[in-house]
Amino acid sequence: MAEVSLSRVRKVYPGGVEAVKDIDIAIPDGALCVLVGPSGCGKSTLLRMIAGLETITEGDCRIGAGRVNDLDPSDRDIAMVFQNYALYPHMTVYDNMAYGLRNRGTPKDEIEARVQEAARILEISPFLDRKPRALSGGQRQRVAMGRAIVRKPQVFLFDEPLSNLDAKLRIQMRVEIKKLQRALGVTSVYVTHDQLEAMTLADILVVMSKGHVEQQGSPLDLYEKPASTFVASFIGAPPMNLIPVGAGENGPQAPGLTGGRGLAVPAGGATLGVRPEHMIVATGPVPDDALGITFPVSAVEAVGAETFVYGPIGGTGQEIIARLPGKALLAPGTPVSVAAAAEHLHLFATDTGKRLGP
Amino acid sequence: MAAQLDTPMTKSVRRDWVPHLVIAIGIFITAFPLWVAFVASTLSNPEIAQAPMPLLPGDRAAANYGEALWQGGRSGRIMTPPVWEMMFNSTVMALSIAVGKIIISILSAYAVVFFRFPFRMAFFWMIFITLMLPVEVRIVPTIQVITNLNMMNTYAGLTIPLIASATATLLFRQFFLTIPDELVEAAKIDGAGPMKFFRDVVLPLSVTNIAALFVILFLYGWNQYLWPLLIGTDARMQTIVIGMSKMIDSAGGPTDWNMVMATAILALLPPVLVVVLMQRWFVKGLVETEK
Repeated sequence: MAEVSLSRVRKVYPGGVEAVKDIDIAIPDGALCVLVGPSGCGKSTLLRMIAGLETITEGDCRIGAGRVNDLDPSDRDIAMVFQNYALYPHMTVYDNMAYGLRNRGTPKDEIEARVQEAARILEISPFLDRKPRALSGGQRQRVAMGRAIVRKPQVFLFDEPLSNLDAKLRIQMRVEIKKLQRALGVTSVYVTHDQLEAMTLADILVVMSKGHVEQQGSPLDLYEKPASTFVASFIGAPPMNLIPVGAGENGPQAPGLTGGRGLAVPAGGATLGVRPEHMIVATGPVPDDALGITFPVSAVEAVGAETFVYGPIGGTGQEIIARLPGKALLAPGTPVSVAAAAEHLHLFATDTGKRLGP
Repeated sequence: MAAQLDTPMTKSVRRDWVPHLVIAIGIFITAFPLWVAFVASTLSNPEIAQAPMPLLPGDRAAANYGEALWQGGRSGRIMTPPVWEMMFNSTVMALSIAVGKIIISILSAYAVVFFRFPFRMAFFWMIFITLMLPVEVRIVPTIQVITNLNMMNTYAGLTIPLIASATATLLFRQFFLTIPDELVEAAKIDGAGPMKFFRDVVLPLSVTNIAALFVILFLYGWNQYLWPLLIGTDARMQTIVIGMSKMIDSAGGPTDWNMVMATAILALLPPVLVVVLMQRWFVKGLVETEK
């Protein structure tokens, strides 16, 4: 077991493309850190740098006490689960799991014991003699996990391990990965582009964009206090409504908006953020410090437990989404007034997208 | 309705016999010369000379094949060595070429695909353009080199110049490119070095390709004519393909056609054996898309 720390890590490819810019992340022993971001944000590159599959241009990567920048992947005491599983197609499940151990000169009976143990945990004991091609996607995924477990590494690295599974299996495996990681207590780094997967798995969530860290912290911190419009729109589904507002006498000013007193909008205007799920239908007058939005309903999606209401606000044509509990019976075309409490309002700078205020 | 009902039957009958007839004709055209050769190899020379030649096997099969295999042929004043000697030469040559080509080309393809070294692509293209230099084109300089190295009338001289193979390198390269990068990386993390990865992963995955190539290259080696003709000046170094042509060619002298035919049939056997034994692998190697 070990903590993983990255300090001022950069990756510049030959040709000058800077894939990872100056990243500092510290992952405590036994924690699961999720790197999330859109494709091309450098999250996989960062993971591969920890694995030793990519060189580190600058900065230090430490696993436990030692700096591992110059170690071969096999000497870093890590195990990696790949998106396409990367099982050896000509080896049986047993051999796939045992291969790494054999290369390390682990005694035969020890290998046997570890593989059987991993197979028991992952419930793949009946398949040990099969070749990967005779397994389903979910089973292959388990074998890939097994190959990582038997090594008893200091760090698990997951590179979008659930992307090739269907939706139902993905949720099931997500829960299992979390349980397994807890049970084994191995420090893990997990890369995904799925924000829901990221939210549910992470102890530490790192949102990346264009090679740098937008924000890191506990998933709920990121949800409640997004540091930028990027994080605000990336975490949470449907994404946070971002409304450009001007500075009024007592708060934000925009067509269709009322209230919001107490929000310190700078003179040049700002971006107001409010999550769809924090809106409720306003039945009476909206308190001064809460935000009131009136807009014509353009579309309604009722999914049973909740209803998504879409509509353009104040002539700008910008669409906002409200996520209302239960079956809100609203007809397209009719106007609706919604309100959001003061503590659910976020303000971001227009130019940088950074959070303003607490 | 009735007419419509019985058309499918008529059609299916026709559908059955037309292709069969075509196939039968095809087989007849292909197999007939082989049959004639076989029949001729069981007759005596005067029997072959009569017109028309009998189309049923004669009674001299054992005698003819025995004589061809162990005593060697004679046409005019030219003596040819016993067939078993020539077949041995041919086998050594075909096997060396096939095995040598596979070893050289799989290693060079492995280097070109999995390693990053300076001028990697330049080396690949250098190998690639040798496709434009078949034996026939470079035969004069190659002969000179072999002579200077004192490799005339040796197995080394017979096989080494034919071993380098751009085609096989290309084939292996294309196959290696289909091996996903993640597999290489997984092996790195599993602690497998380059040669270990080659032995434990690449080689087992290439088995079907190797088998397919082996068949093709064995036939290529077995059928070589020009190169062994120039290198094997000594009768003891003759391959069977050369030997056979020498049995026929004699300035107007009588040719022992039954001996020639027996030799031809014997010369056919090893390639046929290789194809039959390796057919399953061969087809798999050519059609397999699974990684």
